[in-house]
Amino acid sequence: MSAPEKNIGDILLKVENISLSFGGVKALTDISFEIREREILAIIGPNGAGKSSMLNCINGFYHPQQGTITYRGEKRKQMRPHEAAKQGIARTFQNIALFKGMSTLDNIMTGRLLKMKSGLFTSAIYKGPAEREQIEHREFCERIIDFLEIEAIRKVPVGRLPYGLQKRVELARALAAEPTLLLLDEPMAGMNLEEKQDMCRFILDVNDEFGTTICLIEHDMGVVMDISDRVVVLDYGRKIGDGIPDEVKSSQAVIDAYLGVQH
Amino acid sequence: MLYRESGQYKTTYSADQAIFTIPQDRVFFALLMLAAFVGIPLVATNYVYTALLIPFLCLSLAALGLNILTGYCGQLSLGTGAFMGVGAVAAWNIATRVPDLNLLVVFALAGLITAAVGMFFGLPSLRIKGFYLAVATLAAQFFLPWLFVKWGWLTNYASSGVITAPQLKMFGWEVDTPMEKYLFALSVVTLLALMAKNLVRSNPGRQWMAIRDMDIAAEIIGIRPVVAKLTAFAVSSFYIGIAGALYLFVYLGSTEPDGFGISLSFQALFMIIIGGLGSILGSFLGAFFILLLPIFLTRVPPMLGFDLSTALVSHLEFMVFGALIVFFLIVEPHGLARLWQITKEKLRIWPFPY
Repeated sequence: MSAPEKNIGDILLKVENISLSFGGVKALTDISFEIREREILAIIGPNGAGKSSMLNCINGFYHPQQGTITYRGEKRKQMRPHEAAKQGIARTFQNIALFKGMSTLDNIMTGRLLKMKSGLFTSAIYKGPAEREQIEHREFCERIIDFLEIEAIRKVPVGRLPYGLQKRVELARALAAEPTLLLLDEPMAGMNLEEKQDMCRFILDVNDEFGTTICLIEHDMGVVMDISDRVVVLDYGRKIGDGIPDEVKSSQAVIDAYLGVQH
Repeated sequence: MLYRESGQYKTTYSADQAIFTIPQDRVFFALLMLAAFVGIPLVATNYVYTALLIPFLCLSLAALGLNILTGYCGQLSLGTGAFMGVGAVAAWNIATRVPDLNLLVVFALAGLITAAVGMFFGLPSLRIKGFYLAVATLAAQFFLPWLFVKWGWLTNYASSGVITAPQLKMFGWEVDTPMEKYLFALSVVTLLALMAKNLVRSNPGRQWMAIRDMDIAAEIIGIRPVVAKLTAFAVSSFYIGIAGALYLFVYLGSTEPDGFGISLSFQALFMIIIGGLGSILGSFLGAFFILLLPIFLTRVPPMLGFDLSTALVSHLEFMVFGALIVFFLIVEPHGLARLWQITKEKLRIWPFPY
């Protein structure tokens, strides 16, 4: 249960009448919802409902044919993912997308590149401004490493880490950019109970301590109902539910989507 | 027993982020440098300089450049030979047209010109990857040497088409003897290798590696693929250009401009595959290995009493090369550099099993 005293702010991101199709396949049809500052919003729905496509639209990976996305009060034009990143939108992936050849620390430092300035020349000389910058940002990254309790693996190449830890490193990499809006695509998929509990704790702590707005996709209903402030339900690319967890749980349309209806 | 890091605590991030974090490594590197700058000049003969050490330095610099592009940024290139040619021709033109220019300035300018050419031929990388990109860089490999021959101005309309390196001079030092040439090349290569190491352990290197490992995730983090790929092409070509200039000025002395052919490109590629993709040290190990192997094959069998004909030796060379490349691709894709790293890890606990 989310703490009652939590102050959820204004609308951070507003999705209006988004439609997205690939050739003849309609992935999303006329979807509207909003994400408010400092809330944890969960997007749920059966497989193929269009949840990941929705996240891809938000961070500029897909360009919806219709509809608008308003972020921080500004209507957004078509943009590339790196522009979305500059505006403070970070994300993790359903199937881990870490930089396999690099160590945990390097992955997290890479997540922080947007905040760093050293170019080719200062970096080639290294001594002086580049080294100072590296150390300054290393301190920040070490705080994240502390926060997510991955101190022991900071020098290990991520390709060698077990799945649960890789998921955690990916979260760390996203956090390194100090995002305003954090998109998590199935952060708990394939984890055991203990790992799920850890991950829930981290998500709640991130939301609580950094005030980061979180939009997550998750299949584990127990988790979703416990940690999210609001839930949006998609089915076959349409929105069939939107509200606080208890409302959604008792909605007939949602129950039908998950359990199927007799025709 | 000697190579121990237990009890060595790092108390600052600066110490933790140094190139050599372990004192034993620092001592080893210092001894290596001492041997290269002082030890070798005391003992080496002219044959060793001209047949082994100088080409080793030139080619390892070229391999280093290619490694930045292919090993660190993951963009396959078959244009190394042509880019070395650009560097050589550019340096030759600058040096002959502006005779009093400092040699280091000539090299830097040649590098910058090659960087510009490299960026131009790197443009296809924004659209295509892997083998297709390799074919696009192959276009550079065929077009550029053709241009050197066709465009007379580049070779000052020399009837033979041969360009000959001018007298090497800088700060009143005439670089004449093989030993002086070796020391000059060694200084240039050491400096550039150090800068490359700095690049790959800070922001530009992380950008490149992010693009190499997972370009979609890299873009979502905020890395612009255009910038990352083109800087990789520019820096890589800068190094290869200087390597080409050294190759002409210090090693060959004179060459036909179309001598920078595809075999040179393949040689550089083999060097980084055998030496280690994505490793500065690997570029040097690979160059050393590829240059040493033919000498080894011609020298050692007679010593052991086998009398091999020269034809057999040259065939043997191809066979051994082929076998080794297949071996490294299957068994150790990270090459000799990784083997070195494994050795060091084993050495940490030797003689105990764990």
